[in-house]
Amino acid sequence: MSVKKRRLEELRRTIEEVTPEDAWGLHKQGAALIDVREPDEVAGGIAVGARHIVRGFLELKIEDAVPDTGTPLLIMCASGARSLFAAEDLRNLGYDDVKSIVGGFGRWKDDGLPVEVPRVLNAEQRERYGRHLSIPEIGEEGQIKLLDARVLLVGAGGLGSPSAYYLAAAGVGTLGIVDDDVVDRSNLQRQILHTDDRVGISKVASARQTLQALNPTIEVVGYEDRLDSKNVERIFEGWDVVVDGADNFPTRYLVNDASVKLGLPNVHGSVYRFEGQVTVFWPGRADHPGPCYRCLYPAPPPPELAPSCAEAGVLGVLPGVVGLLQAVEVVKLLVGIGDPLVGRLLQYDALRARFIELRLERDPTCEYCGDGAVFPGYIDYEQFCRVAA
Amino acid sequence: MANVTIRIPTPLRSFTGGADEIEVRGSTVEQALTALGEQHAGILDYVLDEAGGVRRFVNVYLGDRNIATLDGLGTSVEDSAVLSIVPAVAGGAE
Ligand SMILES: [Zn+2]
Repeated sequence: MSVKKRRLEELRRTIEEVTPEDAWGLHKQGAALIDVREPDEVAGGIAVGARHIVRGFLELKIEDAVPDTGTPLLIMCASGARSLFAAEDLRNLGYDDVKSIVGGFGRWKDDGLPVEVPRVLNAEQRERYGRHLSIPEIGEEGQIKLLDARVLLVGAGGLGSPSAYYLAAAGVGTLGIVDDDVVDRSNLQRQILHTDDRVGISKVASARQTLQALNPTIEVVGYEDRLDSKNVERIFEGWDVVVDGADNFPTRYLVNDASVKLGLPNVHGSVYRFEGQVTVFWPGRADHPGPCYRCLYPAPPPPELAPSCAEAGVLGVLPGVVGLLQAVEVVKLLVGIGDPLVGRLLQYDALRARFIELRLERDPTCEYCGDGAVFPGYIDYEQFCRVAA
Repeated sequence: MANVTIRIPTPLRSFTGGADEIEVRGSTVEQALTALGEQHAGILDYVLDEAGGVRRFVNVYLGDRNIATLDGLGTSVEDSAVLSIVPAVAGGAE
């Protein structure tokens, strides 16, 4: 008798085995189903309700998956051998009730028990996003959410550049970019998606080139348009999150109004010389809805009091900081972790190296997001900002 | 009268000779702002409208609370209170 066979027989005397059918019944009563096969084995199918933890990481990860050592565990592999070894390890770890499923996934399938084909990362994705997979809060599930996500960036400029760059790196599957501008040499002090040899070409085309060089597996959808009341809903439809990196008030209000109407979270950033601001406007959030831009500023400043960025100037690094704070908020929203910046404004003062947080409250009488508000329609934003306040 | 610090946003620092914080005395937000206007002529035109209310493109915070959610300009201030003037800023550095 081989050593393997002898050892398996020993294990069978101490580890209780159950048929797939009995395991399914126990699982429905609350026992945890753990599949310890390798990723490429699981890619072909997994028992419905099973948690996949590869054998090599079982002892390290079981506690995150099943914190209570009193929970009965049902261990599954391909044929019922590896699950015996795994079951013994888990028992030594302190789990009281551990059973091994006879015949493993092969028999589970043959017996007609419920199976699903899981979304799993391929080998290349596993390598590319390895540092995300190691974080329990993200892991494979979170990475799949990022890969399935669609994020629309308004502006491929100072804020949009760092946001889009890191969101592409993080594996956000589809990035939309709205910008009707072309690359100018004066942009390159901060707009890191673009390069000196692309001066004069469209920012959308330049952004696409940079993003796909970094991560060829994502899709970049470009809109070489200036957002206006007529095209905004066509462009905004179907995205999960909007990132506002616009450089003018008419676009800020338009982005706000469309995001409110479509219920989209609007990750807002702005910069001025050495100062930046970030918040997430999301009145459509199911729990703890926040304010919209209009709750804060019902009207923009008149043009003579609102110098453009070109006149005011901006430290080139600053939009990097602010745009990346926006990108962090986007990732949190997509994966569903942490405390989003909803109802809070984060102000960054680069000269003092200081962050200040201010509370933003929803205005219940807001025309766009107030209690019982009916969307009043889009307006002439250029006109609104010419005569405002 | 309380000693109050007023944080001046970058666009208004032309009125304060570049200073990002100004110390004033007052018992209410309104008194503190009036004192700011006395020290730095012209700055209040940007913050308050003709009727004396806070302009619609500006928010004033006491600590981390918008005074609009407190008692407005009549909100009383204590010693070492911090007021922040926060106007709308469009810039995305396109
Ligand atoms: Zn609102």
